Amino acid sequence: MITMTKDMMEIVREQDVVPFRNRVKELATKIGMSLVNQTKLITAASELVRNMLKYANGGRVTLEIISKNGQTGIRLTFTDEGPGIPDIQQAMQDGFSTGKSLGLGLPGTRRLVNEFDIKSKVGQGTAVTVTHWKNGR
Amino acid sequence: MDRIPILKMGPFLLVTIQVDLYDRLALNLENDLITMVSKTGARGVLIDISAVTIVDSFMGRILGNIASMSRIMDAETVVVGMQPAVAITLVELGLTLQGVHTALNVERGMDLLYQKTDILLHQDEEEEEAPEQDPE
Repeated sequence: MITMTKDMMEIVREQDVVPFRNRVKELATKIGMSLVNQTKLITAASELVRNMLKYANGGRVTLEIISKNGQTGIRLTFTDEGPGIPDIQQAMQDGFSTGKSLGLGLPGTRRLVNEFDIKSKVGQGTAVTVTHWKNGR
Repeated sequence: MDRIPILKMGPFLLVTIQVDLYDRLALNLENDLITMVSKTGARGVLIDISAVTIVDSFMGRILGNIASMSRIMDAETVVVGMQPAVAITLVELGLTLQGVHTALNVERGMDLLYQKTDILLHQDEEEEEAPEQDPE
């Protein structure tokens, strides 16, 4: 896998969400991702960044354009130093929420992107990586 | 302060969202709309989201809230103009906007509002449908 561009954004307040979404859109447009795939990726990114703000008071996102086996895609890594998720399996279930939300964030996000990975340590933080390919389903 | 304008059109309120909403703006809209429904006695709310490219679960919840709150205040809500990519994304995300009426465009949305609220569209129709006049 080759990383073609790499960029980092700090997300500390709600006002950072729109510029972040715009940045994802820019990258997706740059690699020629279809509108539906762009919308899925940006929506997923929006959910994850919202989680980060809500549960960890923010964090940072690494934005990359990557290439693997002749495919081009975008990989976003969300890292925070929040409380962590004690039970990831439970958090990945539809309808589960510790907040007041609908509990669609994590499971919904996983459905929207091609690759999804989550790692979390209680008391240390959470890292979520999503990858969406230009010609993904 | 950032606000989305709300227009009053006869018995209905009309909102056209021209920008991608961030949380504060969406919450203000929710609040302003309910206040306006109460103040004007509007029977319906039409929300045009044709310029909105991203609806995430937060934004979806706000739309749902507006619809439920309006219903309690005796007003119907119709969301119109959703982009196809947004509809695809919402369903995959698992957000089906239950309880929110939707229509393809503003025109159909207005028709739906008239239907839902039993308000007659034109004066002449009203006359046609009015019961026969007392001969006196």
